[in-house]
Amino acid sequence: MTFHPDKTPKINDILLKVSGLKHSFDVSKPLFNRLLEGQPRQFLKAVRNIDFTIRKGQTYALVGESGCGKSTVANLVVGLDRPDAGKIEFSGVNLAALTRRSQIVPLRRRMAMIFQDPHASLNPRWRVYDIISEPIRSFKLLKDKTAIVQRTAQLLNEVGLSPEDGKKFPHEFSGGQRQRISIARALASEPEFIICDEPTSALDVSVQAQILNLMKRLQQRLGLSYLFISHDLAVVHHMAHQVGVMYLGRLCETGPADSIFNNPAHPYTRMLLDTIPDVEMTGRTRKPMAGEIPNPINPPPGCAFHPRCPLATAICRKVVPELTHIDDAQVACHAAAAEFNQRSAKKFYNTKPDKFISIS
Amino acid sequence: MNTIMAEPLLEIEQLRIEFETRRGPLVAVSDVSFTVQPGEVFGIVGESGAGKSLTGQAIIGLLDPPGRIAAGKIIFDGRRIDNLTYNEIRKIRGKDIGMIFQDPLTSLNPLYTVGQQLVETILTHTSVTRKQAYEKAIKLLSEVGIPAPEERIDHYPHQFSGGMRQRVVIALALCVNPKLIIADEPTTALDVSIQAQIIDLLKRLCQKHGTAVILITHDMGVVAELSDRVAVMYSGRMVEIGKVRRVVKHALHPYARGLMDSIPSINKKSSELKQIKGSMPRLTEIPQGCSFHPRCPEAFDQCRKETPDLIDIDGTSIACWLYPKEGKP
Repeated sequence: MTFHPDKTPKINDILLKVSGLKHSFDVSKPLFNRLLEGQPRQFLKAVRNIDFTIRKGQTYALVGESGCGKSTVANLVVGLDRPDAGKIEFSGVNLAALTRRSQIVPLRRRMAMIFQDPHASLNPRWRVYDIISEPIRSFKLLKDKTAIVQRTAQLLNEVGLSPEDGKKFPHEFSGGQRQRISIARALASEPEFIICDEPTSALDVSVQAQILNLMKRLQQRLGLSYLFISHDLAVVHHMAHQVGVMYLGRLCETGPADSIFNNPAHPYTRMLLDTIPDVEMTGRTRKPMAGEIPNPINPPPGCAFHPRCPLATAICRKVVPELTHIDDAQVACHAAAAEFNQRSAKKFYNTKPDKFISIS
Repeated sequence: MNTIMAEPLLEIEQLRIEFETRRGPLVAVSDVSFTVQPGEVFGIVGESGAGKSLTGQAIIGLLDPPGRIAAGKIIFDGRRIDNLTYNEIRKIRGKDIGMIFQDPLTSLNPLYTVGQQLVETILTHTSVTRKQAYEKAIKLLSEVGIPAPEERIDHYPHQFSGGMRQRVVIALALCVNPKLIIADEPTTALDVSIQAQIIDLLKRLCQKHGTAVILITHDMGVVAELSDRVAVMYSGRMVEIGKVRRVVKHALHPYARGLMDSIPSINKKSSELKQIKGSMPRLTEIPQGCSFHPRCPEAFDQCRKETPDLIDIDGTSIACWLYPKEGKP
């Protein structure tokens, strides 16, 4: 049986391409109240104009504070919610445009999801064997019962549990073991792509290290791609190849992990990195970020970050910045873009002096 | 390590917390001893279930039955407080020892404005007029960084954001100038940017008021930022107590070391995190001897038979058979 036909993925193969993704939630009061109070409908624009790509065998991480829309993106990608606009292309097929069940199901098999809370995401009345084998049965991957038993045992081994654990119920396991069961279930349908929504936030640090190591090992062995959602920058730094930083429903910076962590361009990214508690006690001084996240129902005009931004100018209060290329990353910030243009202009003059001399 | 000790503010000796069950008592915390000096920030770290919150609750007499203090002494400010009656401990709680809980929404009463809650607390514990208490409440709110405190004092908790609510809780804990604050996971429910703000606020206020803090958390980063000394707990016991800088950089106990190594770092990239194998045992299945020995890479025969006690080495207390009774590690 071949579970993963493309075990050696070409690094340039794009598995998922998300472009112009938009989604809002209707948060209006009931019709009667609206009529009485004369209020219009209200929408919470959860995500707006999200663009990113995930390559085969790589991890793309979305970071941001609570309420910034990272979980909404995950739900849209996996198909738990339908986007208002935009494309989600999974190996060339736009998932957002598919309507027929017969078209969706074969693609669904190729993606799986791991949730944050391992207590809530496993059915307490089912045995672990039933939980893990459910994707196999529902996608009709194996018909023979003994084959299913074998495959489940193999999956349990894969995540560091023993086949005998299949007979137990979820409550008999610790948090970390339960997250292992979630991972085994996610692997059951032989997916290429796994969406992980805060997979270790509910776990203790020593258990978190075990789960992160397991996920990395599985990625290498099975050539998996991850969309990894987390608010913990240290975890993201450890896991991700590419990182997207979200603020109030928009990507404010996206690019290779090294460039984001070593050379952050957006003021929000810089401040987010600055807020990480200093575990190594290097003695660096930090200045905590001022202010709080504004209400997403009524976000500030222009750049949503401007009320908290030290670099904000008049243009930031009016015009929403677009993602522009700065070095390796893409950044949505007027100030960073202006600074980059200045820098590259200087570089241009400095490197090619002859040309300008000759003109004069 | 008897150099700085004049008179400790809080002294805990051989504390043992048990839960009465049908199958006999369940020992949740045992042989916990430590001291807190006036004005000191003492951190307690450990994974969930290690008994750190229970230790905090025991100090202010908030253990939920059937949990009870089975043995040991808690001496606060020269007075034994573990055997006080309900009414006696109530006079200390809030006045001499303040408390900050994890979830600011559940530690504030949703039916009263924050002003009413602050004024009530101030009036209960000090003899001032209502007007003075109200003025003090406004001063406190501005001190914890709430903008427009004159207006905000009449707002209800639900009208505040999470970070602002935690600021109100800190104001409540500080309102009668307690000598000690027990902060149980004060920043766990908050976003990272807000967490940094609250850490800074706690640090500044406690220095200003000279308040000692027992900081209970699972986040080594928070402890590293705030505390002077730290205790690492594992399945109901303290395995290492020492200066925070030393414990963070060169932990002696194998568990403390493993815990530090398993934290992903932003400064260095490694392909694999170091991990401690297995997980913490349940309270019903604590192994004989040192409770860490099944997971310990350096365990030997003695570890499986005898439980190590906390011993002092160079100003650090450590409970591990690897270290001899005397001399340097």
